[in-house]
Amino acid sequence: MSTTTTHGVAQPAAAKASQARPRRGLRGNATLNFWLFTGPFLIGLVIFVFVPIGWSIWLSFFDARYTVTPSHFVGFDNYKQILTNSNFPDSLVTFTLFAAFIVPTTWALSLGLALLVNRLRFMRAFFRSVFFLPTAVSYVAAALIWKMSIFSGVRFGLMNTVLGWFGVENIAYLASPNPPWYWLVILTLRLWIQAGFYMILFLAALQNIPAELYEAAAIDGAKPGWQTFRYITLPQLRATSTAVILLLLIAAYQAFDEFFNIIGTKATWAQTPLMELYKTALGSSQDYGAGSAGAVILSLLICIVTLAQGKIMGFGRGEESK
Amino acid sequence: MTTTAPQVGGKRKKRGGILGNTGLYIAVSIAALLFLIPFYLILRNALSTDPEITGENWKLLPSFQWSNISELFDDQTVQFGRSLWNSTVVAVLMTLGTLLVCSLAGYGLARIPYRHANKVFYAVLATLMVPTAVTFVPSFVLVSSLGWVDTYRGLIIPGLFSGFTCFLFRQYFLGFPKELEEAARVDGLGYWGAYWRIVVPNSLNFFAAIATITFISGWNAFLWPLVIGQDPSSWTVQIALSSFMTNQTVNFHLIFMATAISILPLVFVFLFLQRWLVQGIAQTGIKG
Repeated sequence: MSTTTTHGVAQPAAAKASQARPRRGLRGNATLNFWLFTGPFLIGLVIFVFVPIGWSIWLSFFDARYTVTPSHFVGFDNYKQILTNSNFPDSLVTFTLFAAFIVPTTWALSLGLALLVNRLRFMRAFFRSVFFLPTAVSYVAAALIWKMSIFSGVRFGLMNTVLGWFGVENIAYLASPNPPWYWLVILTLRLWIQAGFYMILFLAALQNIPAELYEAAAIDGAKPGWQTFRYITLPQLRATSTAVILLLLIAAYQAFDEFFNIIGTKATWAQTPLMELYKTALGSSQDYGAGSAGAVILSLLICIVTLAQGKIMGFGRGEESK
Repeated sequence: MTTTAPQVGGKRKKRGGILGNTGLYIAVSIAALLFLIPFYLILRNALSTDPEITGENWKLLPSFQWSNISELFDDQTVQFGRSLWNSTVVAVLMTLGTLLVCSLAGYGLARIPYRHANKVFYAVLATLMVPTAVTFVPSFVLVSSLGWVDTYRGLIIPGLFSGFTCFLFRQYFLGFPKELEEAARVDGLGYWGAYWRIVVPNSLNFFAAIATITFISGWNAFLWPLVIGQDPSSWTVQIALSSFMTNQTVNFHLIFMATAISILPLVFVFLFLQRWLVQGIAQTGIKG
């Protein structure tokens, strides 16, 4: 670092020297360097992101059963088929309901944990780690524990053991869709895995709230507790809440891992949109056209949700939170 | 991180008094116990015998069957060692590749003046609108036409070009102190030299954070390895676990031992790098 070259010594005006340098030789050429740095990424992005998206849109307009280089153009038939002749629309409705449950509960739990941890003075790092730790666990491993140990339908499952102490009969949580106990299994699993991550986001945001705000509120007579939370903390967390809700929504529509492992693709209930696409495109019928049409619809839906939510919650904020 | 918080907590504590504080610790301890139950179950079941797991009365502590470990790895029908190896290769190479490719691109977009840099950046941003999981059908089509099914290439390469990671790096480098780079320029380094000698060594915390996230998501990925791994020899740990669940021939204690082993390295990585991870999340933050 301290090796000053002769240039540096000869020219006292260092700023000028660095201005002049980029013009000289290859290593200073900005355009070339720009492509050198971004090139590998951009090439990969085109091949593995843009091409699949484009190909998908193209396939969705063709009769593409068992083939990915179809020649028979069918217009919007694939869209008609996936929207009328399949379980795909049902799964979209189911997962809108699923999102309506999981998004607010995760939001509330992670915010609650953040508020709790934020007030701790001792063992703060310990508790934060405990709540954050499930983030490291895969949905598959969690599904295994939930299905085979906690909510195992037989008597040795933890839940049934505990309920047994109170004289409750064994419940088969996953055997049938009536009553829909399986939602309890799925929701608790997702809460467990997700809450800690979003708690970290809320914690960071809580620590960015200026202490003067609380002091000013106290002077103005705001009662600590609910009033301060409602009128100071919550509005200050608005940006983070927006981001968290958005991330949770997108994640809910893309649910796959735990449903695939807990419910399975053979069941007739709780099939996620991605599971329907998986079955359509990679199942026995190998209908890439309809599968792609479904993928396009799902992507559009997620885009719309993203934009709408950004509009509703994001842009209104401006002055208020500053 | 911890220095700013006690202000708020301290203020409240004064009013809540000792009673409020005790209540707080009771509440947070109950929550923590609930969060730890699944970890307890994995370890308990992994070190039990089958009759202990399925027994009539709940056994709080297992009989510590450490031989379950060797039994799992000796079981030829399961090939668990093979899938552990596959997961390791995939997660490590994916982490290294992503760090290299995305950080370079992020730096280029943040720091190198180029007329059309903005347009390129918008093209990267646009990919964030389409979730990668949704494009698994066409991605599979592409990868299979390249002949990459059942290969490490197929498992790793399509996942390297994350628009989101590139975006995070760009945001981070925008906040990197310019003076350091200018000093490097005075010393006669070009963009490339300044990047490797000055920028990267001074950004290791951030690299560690991204590495942790990438490693965890690479290790835990399910949908893509499921689509690509048609043959059991190319299964990752997650696919192997999933197959144990549907396939009734594997014993309980082995399934749970496999789960424990699949989680343990990750938990260690996680606890070890947690500080940087928390910092990274807070920094890049979805702060607003």
